[in-house]
Amino acid sequence: MMTLKNSKLVVLALLALFLTPLLAQAEGLIAGQKFKGDKEIVVTFADPVDKAVVENVANYTIYEEPDPDIRLVLETATLSEDGKVASLFFKDALNTAMTHVVNVKGLAGIESTTFKVSKSYLGYLFGIMISALLINNFVFTKYLGLCVFFGTSKKKSTAKGMGVVFTIVMVVSAIMSWFFYNFILIPYNLNFLQIVIFIGLVSLTVQAVDTVLRKVNPVLFNSFGVFLVLVIANCVIIAVPLIVANNNYNIFETFMLALGAGGGFLLALYLMSSVSERMQLANIPPTFKGLPIAFIVAGQFAMAFLGFSGLQIF
Amino acid sequence: MANDKSSMQLISRGILSENPIFKLALSMCPAVGISTTVMNGLMLGIAVLFVQVFSSVTISIFKNLIHPRIRIPTYTLTIATWVTVIDLVLAAYMPEAYAKMGIFVKLIVAFAIITMRLEMFACKESVNDSFWDGLGMGLGFMIGMMVIGFVRELLGSGMIFGYDVLGFKPLLFFILPSAGFFVVGLMMAFFNWIEIFYKRTKGLK
Repeated sequence: MMTLKNSKLVVLALLALFLTPLLAQAEGLIAGQKFKGDKEIVVTFADPVDKAVVENVANYTIYEEPDPDIRLVLETATLSEDGKVASLFFKDALNTAMTHVVNVKGLAGIESTTFKVSKSYLGYLFGIMISALLINNFVFTKYLGLCVFFGTSKKKSTAKGMGVVFTIVMVVSAIMSWFFYNFILIPYNLNFLQIVIFIGLVSLTVQAVDTVLRKVNPVLFNSFGVFLVLVIANCVIIAVPLIVANNNYNIFETFMLALGAGGGFLLALYLMSSVSERMQLANIPPTFKGLPIAFIVAGQFAMAFLGFSGLQIF
Repeated sequence: MANDKSSMQLISRGILSENPIFKLALSMCPAVGISTTVMNGLMLGIAVLFVQVFSSVTISIFKNLIHPRIRIPTYTLTIATWVTVIDLVLAAYMPEAYAKMGIFVKLIVAFAIITMRLEMFACKESVNDSFWDGLGMGLGFMIGMMVIGFVRELLGSGMIFGYDVLGFKPLLFFILPSAGFFVVGLMMAFFNWIEIFYKRTKGLK
């Protein structure tokens, strides 16, 4: 009973956290604001506003939240017929991942009105995952974990098992590392111990997953257990906490990054193993047998993954 | 003098017959990821050489004190300590080169080659031999990285160590990040071809 109540509370708290950015927007005169494309911001007003004020570019001060000193150049501003929707067009493409602050002078008789434009937080989190999964795939664009990648991508079943184990270990160890980093390393100025702590936590996680899996689900352990040993000495796993520490991610971002990285590794292994199974039947020149042809196939995948580089979903 | 000879053997084994990159195919990530110039290869090679030699010597000194059941965690922590040292030193004295290598310096901690040498060599042999073995393996890695970097830099941008040698760019493709896979794959195939060719001529004679 107690655990059920607790879990409900946790879910509610999470929901509240996710929804706060959405609720905070709807105040006063500004009814809504969003990015449209990468050069335009659309603002919706609650009441019709003065056309002359809105369309005067000199009335605006716009900057990205972290750098208030760098002003963005607004090219034109237009107001719709009913006077409620304004479109602000910019000269250069905006970095829509950032929160933008817009300040308008003299709007509806008020001296200055300030509002923030940002993507929804859920969309941003999802963006982190998609980025780690496809755009910055850890194997094909960051070149990590290649030893295991070439070692275990011979059969589809092995590849799937390996990918799932990696994802689990990655998520657990990344979250643990996040707690250690933020609550022990930073407060006590022990930042230089990053590497030692993170590798220790990864080994610990692997050992824990090993023990738990052996007790809880022996069948699963028999099929996945052999991969666990390989996981420890792998740079893909240790890279996630290091990236998190570099970028000062919060816990949700960390979780999404780890999930994306694990999923990306699973995807890469699965793709590679599908090709490997076909290659066993192919007639490969003797000089290219084994690793050389595997490297060339991986190179082709890497080039294909370059195609994701401009991807933007939210 | 006998000792001298064996130290040379240990070094040449790391460079030639058991080259970490081309023969053992371990630690491939940096070989593909940042081998775009000879300089990058040299810098990471020095870092790996440092970590390999010092971890080998450390483990070899303390080999009688390490309980066999906790040997792998001990190796990992030893390597992590030395990686932290080289990471801080590079960040302080060579910030530009460090920025180019990015996360790979920290990732030396997960290089399979270093753990493997500790497990297979340093935990059994004397300190002296471990030193030479570590030196050989580190040099082998460094030379492998530099050879890949040499090919990519020469063919990709026509330069060596940043100096314009050719005056034109034969294969711009080689300098692109994703070409790392192709270059390493083609070089491995090339070495295989030499080996097969060598065996065939020997067999005919």
